[in-house]
Amino acid sequence: MTKISGAKALIEALERQKVTTIFGILGGAILPVYDELCGNKNIRHILARHEQGAAHAAEGYARASGKPGVCMATSGPGATNLVTGIANAYMDSSPIIALTGQVPSKGINSTYMIGRDAFQEADIIGITTPITKYNFQPRSVAEVPTMVNTAFYIATTGRPGPVLIDLPKNVQADKAEVEFNNRIDARGYNVVCEPDLAQVSIAVDLLMKAQQPLILAGGGIITSNASDELVKTAELLMAPVATTFMGKGAIPEIHPLSVGTIGMHGNPAANRLISEADVLFAVGTRFSDRATANIDTFAAEAKKIHVDVDPAEIGKNIDVDVPIVGDAKITLATVHAALAKKLQKNTDSQWAKRVKEVREKLSPLQRDIPKDIVPKTLLFELRKLLPASAIVTTEVGQNQMWSALYYKALQPRTFISSGGLGTMGFGFPAALGAKVACPERQVVDIAGDGSFIMTEQELASSVMENIPVTVIVLNNSVLGMVAQWQRLLYGKRYMAVHLGKTPDFVKLAEAYGAQGFRVGSIPEFQKAIKTGIKSKVTTVIDVPIGSEEDVVPFVPPGCGLPQQRGDY
Amino acid sequence: MENGKTRVVSAIVENKPGVLHSVSNLFRRRNFNIESITVGPTESKDLSRITITVNADEKTLDQVVKQLDKLVDVVGVAEFDPEAIVTRELALVKISVPTTKERSDIISCVHVFRGRVVDVSPESLMVEITGTSDKIDAFLNLMKTFGIIELARTGITALSRGARAVEVGE
Repeated sequence: MTKISGAKALIEALERQKVTTIFGILGGAILPVYDELCGNKNIRHILARHEQGAAHAAEGYARASGKPGVCMATSGPGATNLVTGIANAYMDSSPIIALTGQVPSKGINSTYMIGRDAFQEADIIGITTPITKYNFQPRSVAEVPTMVNTAFYIATTGRPGPVLIDLPKNVQADKAEVEFNNRIDARGYNVVCEPDLAQVSIAVDLLMKAQQPLILAGGGIITSNASDELVKTAELLMAPVATTFMGKGAIPEIHPLSVGTIGMHGNPAANRLISEADVLFAVGTRFSDRATANIDTFAAEAKKIHVDVDPAEIGKNIDVDVPIVGDAKITLATVHAALAKKLQKNTDSQWAKRVKEVREKLSPLQRDIPKDIVPKTLLFELRKLLPASAIVTTEVGQNQMWSALYYKALQPRTFISSGGLGTMGFGFPAALGAKVACPERQVVDIAGDGSFIMTEQELASSVMENIPVTVIVLNNSVLGMVAQWQRLLYGKRYMAVHLGKTPDFVKLAEAYGAQGFRVGSIPEFQKAIKTGIKSKVTTVIDVPIGSEEDVVPFVPPGCGLPQQRGDY
Repeated sequence: MENGKTRVVSAIVENKPGVLHSVSNLFRRRNFNIESITVGPTESKDLSRITITVNADEKTLDQVVKQLDKLVDVVGVAEFDPEAIVTRELALVKISVPTTKERSDIISCVHVFRGRVVDVSPESLMVEITGTSDKIDAFLNLMKTFGIIELARTGITALSRGARAVEVGE
């Protein structure tokens, strides 16, 4: 066998995992890997302008495609700049692989350099232990292929998540005989996908007897590609489907049984119906506090069935009556098959009528849509201008909650947002990643002025790498969500939320070689979107809106879901 | 965790660098309250046993076990039944001995507790004592009257009674 370097072993192992794209920024401690990428025809490297952007792009890529996204950085600050992106992927269970350079584990005279505070050394293994599913640091070249296999296996199976491989520079550069195989070395890692049939049968009995069943679809439905099974089961039960924020798109939001997202800024129809349900069938959700609001009053009338592939989520936040550990797709298919044998679809039930009534009375888009340039109208119009397959990402804050309320996702993996961590600046690089994964589809980032500025430097990547996306900046010159809290909960004592009129987003876009439009009316907005989504260059659409616009209704902290406040 | 009971959880982990960090970090991160944690080798050279004593209610304990099990380097985990468990702790106690009379009083206490004197100096004695934590507490309580110069306790290690072992993945 010929000897190859650790860097070559890494690249070959990545190729064997069918990696075609790496988002990254280089630096001294990762140079051998970049040297190996030079001239490589199978892997496209996309140069980010900040490592956080690379990590979010990898996540956008993963969530749009269902395939793992890969990001790479050098040691020290390169690695620590990835941290926010890794934490985001961990909270939202996204499969990303982070590769970091590390100072040599052996110095020139065989001294141990890791742990001696070498230049650009950071303990990225220690730092990322609580925010990765697993992390590795190879000590020899021969370990690399199995480590890569194992990293991809852990990142993509069960409840997906980020895995980091920290590569000491000497391991990248050293040469050794390397054997490539499909071996995975994770003795303590096991995933239960097949649900326990006894538990399924208890759940089926409960659903059969339910008068007012409701399905709560979480991000797990999207992760396991279980939308078809979800919709079939809902139609058979004639059960309304509410989603969590992460589950948005699990069911087409124009489906008659779709009642929107639950939560603090959820759709009032969903928040109302979940409080009336007698059986709650929750699949692939971790019952986040923003979804449940006060847990004492959460779905208080309902017997609860909880399906999740991560056993630790069962009983963590909510006590449930029927726990089922299993993959969402397999479990829903099993439940559907059992129900189909016994149940006749009943479209005339009292509950079906109630669902229709609540949906028509409480859903925000069933109410007036103003002609003014306000978020509700903008997002309603945006939906009409985009095909069902278009991918929307959002930033974090009001722009995100308005999107959840007013933009209907019609397919899974077409609504990508930072749910758990709430990372401002996520949307734009995630949009770039999504566009790289799905170049034939239109990708739009719904942004706020505060969020967009946090990662706007990726405009440079988007222009240089020809990754055209459309950014809608809902520009209220304020950090809107916290301003809303200060307005409603802190007696209008505004502190540190005003952003003024800078920058000029049109000029900013142009400075990077992108195009910018400022729009002042709905027809101008429509025109700008139509131009943007066809453009070969990234388009930033600056949409000035009022700075006192609230996201309403909302559930104040400590209250239960039905206690939503505010006229909408 | 105020109304919790002391429980012993045993985790079989990969004998690799960083594993203790990920386990102890989990406890800090999830706000679990550990009373003691001990680590040592097992019958298999690539596995270690971490014995954790926690003060927790049922719900928290369930999370402790599930979150531990979720760690990739944890290959097996079990909560021991408090009725079917053998726990042991070892303590080394350095006691000040001002007079000969006190020396013989201390030594007779050591015999009652089945301890051993392992070091003697003109002003001190070092005693090794093994047993349940309660027994060690009782001994230390007695020694307080003489004056404890220094104390080292190992924390609890434990095994379940009977032939069954903690199940580990292949």
